[in-house]
Amino acid sequence: MSYFPADMPRPEPTMDEARFWDYCSKRSLRFQSCAHCGTLRHPPIAMCYRCHSCETDYVEAPTEAEVYSYTVVHHASHPAVAMRLPYVVAIVEFPKMPGVRLITNLTDIDAGGVKIGLRCSLWWDDIGEGMFIPRFRPVDA
Amino acid sequence: MRKERSACLVGMGQSEYTRWGGITDRSQFQVAAQAVAAAIEDAGLTAAEIDGFASFSDDANSGAQMAVALGAPNIRWSSMVWGGGGGGSIGALSQATAAVESGQAEAVVVYRGLCQGQSRRFGQANPARAGASFVNPFGLFAPPYMLAPLVRRFMHRYPITELHLAEIALNGRANANKNPKAVMHDKSLTLEDYLNARWISEPLRLYDCCLETDGACAVVVTTRERARDLPHPTIEVLAAVHGSGPQWGHGPLGSHNMPDADYASSNSRELAKTLYAKAGVAPSDIDTAQIYDHFSGLVLMALEEYGFCGPGESGAFVESGAIRWNSGKLPINTSGGQLSEAYVHGMNLLAEGIRQLRGESTAQVPNARLCLVTGGLGVSPTSSAIIGRV
Repeated sequence: MSYFPADMPRPEPTMDEARFWDYCSKRSLRFQSCAHCGTLRHPPIAMCYRCHSCETDYVEAPTEAEVYSYTVVHHASHPAVAMRLPYVVAIVEFPKMPGVRLITNLTDIDAGGVKIGLRCSLWWDDIGEGMFIPRFRPVDA
Repeated sequence: MRKERSACLVGMGQSEYTRWGGITDRSQFQVAAQAVAAAIEDAGLTAAEIDGFASFSDDANSGAQMAVALGAPNIRWSSMVWGGGGGGSIGALSQATAAVESGQAEAVVVYRGLCQGQSRRFGQANPARAGASFVNPFGLFAPPYMLAPLVRRFMHRYPITELHLAEIALNGRANANKNPKAVMHDKSLTLEDYLNARWISEPLRLYDCCLETDGACAVVVTTRERARDLPHPTIEVLAAVHGSGPQWGHGPLGSHNMPDADYASSNSRELAKTLYAKAGVAPSDIDTAQIYDHFSGLVLMALEEYGFCGPGESGAFVESGAIRWNSGKLPINTSGGQLSEAYVHGMNLLAEGIRQLRGESTAQVPNARLCLVTGGLGVSPTSSAIIGRV
């Protein structure tokens, strides 16, 4: 059972986003970095904003992150999320890999317990057809 | 020469405003065209004198079609500002201002028609959104959810409370209650109502979020020389700017990767400095402001970034009554704004700015001479103008 029902929108990567999601399908969270100067960037984009190189590497992210900000969603603006209300969307960053933030869901927590700075760890949500979505839960959950 | 060609706002027109789905007897294009025609008539001009159109937000009501509908015989210029939402509302005004002042056009209509009952509700999931793969699979579907984390971080960083968010909503409603054309004219709102309303996306409750409406609004920009012969008091565009800080192109509506120093902001800090420098005035000179109120918290941020109070002081500022009509030092969103008048992607805020400087607002600031108007906040580009009665 995936975290959201099967009618939840799935990733539909553009050409520039495809490698990020290819890695996700292998349960590997990797951020795009510039092969020339090493600058991390997210979401994936065609050119390095520092040196204009279009050569990229994909760097494995740490499995532990911190909540940078978040919202608790109470209103279903898509039918798929109605059974999950309220759910937490978190913006997380990686203290061991500064420079990128990821939008994700914080699961396995009461909505009232979410705080900025909360430490959380990665888990992979199997949404079928070979795709996995990176979500997080509190490290002590 | 420069002064003779200074851009002036000489006309404004609007449709009726209704809740989304309220306009069913006419197409969105017709509603927009009627607002444009009303603005031209209000200006005392004819369609033959209009030679440019500007809009924004991927407006489906194209300028080429508008020229056909109006019978404008000689279009010399047109423009649309990149970016969705209302970020480009005053951006379109800044384009029109540049066109008129440079001589590329003589009279430009800036307009927006937005009938959410006929197009799509902006509060719903949008599969066509750029970067959709990084938001939709996580349930971050639409602007209220996307901007809520900025407001959360803002409240984490500064002494901003739910009562301060409430004050933005209550101010808008009080002003709408005085404006017969506002969608929420007949509906009162108390602090208790506000606090008891359901959460949309914490920390935003129902009344922190703008309306979803049907309507259209348009303004006419021409030179100061031409404006002198037209019926209304001359209102000059002292400065109109649009722009963005770094990385906001994948900001709140993307993947929230703008710089930390800018995160809990409306993306206006640098733009505000440019605006005041170009206009040659200071925040303390502004008599009233129409600040893009898609979400209450962003208005608080903008009050700080546009220099009406210091960083983190917007809560205390609004708590002091500063933004209220008839007593505060900076009445804002005097038509009810987008929380309570209508959501026309900010064009209705510009129209209210014009009414204030003409002395025609239903919450008139006595002898208002200078008005700040902003475009959509927290997006790229955002935009703003200072307009003044000459």
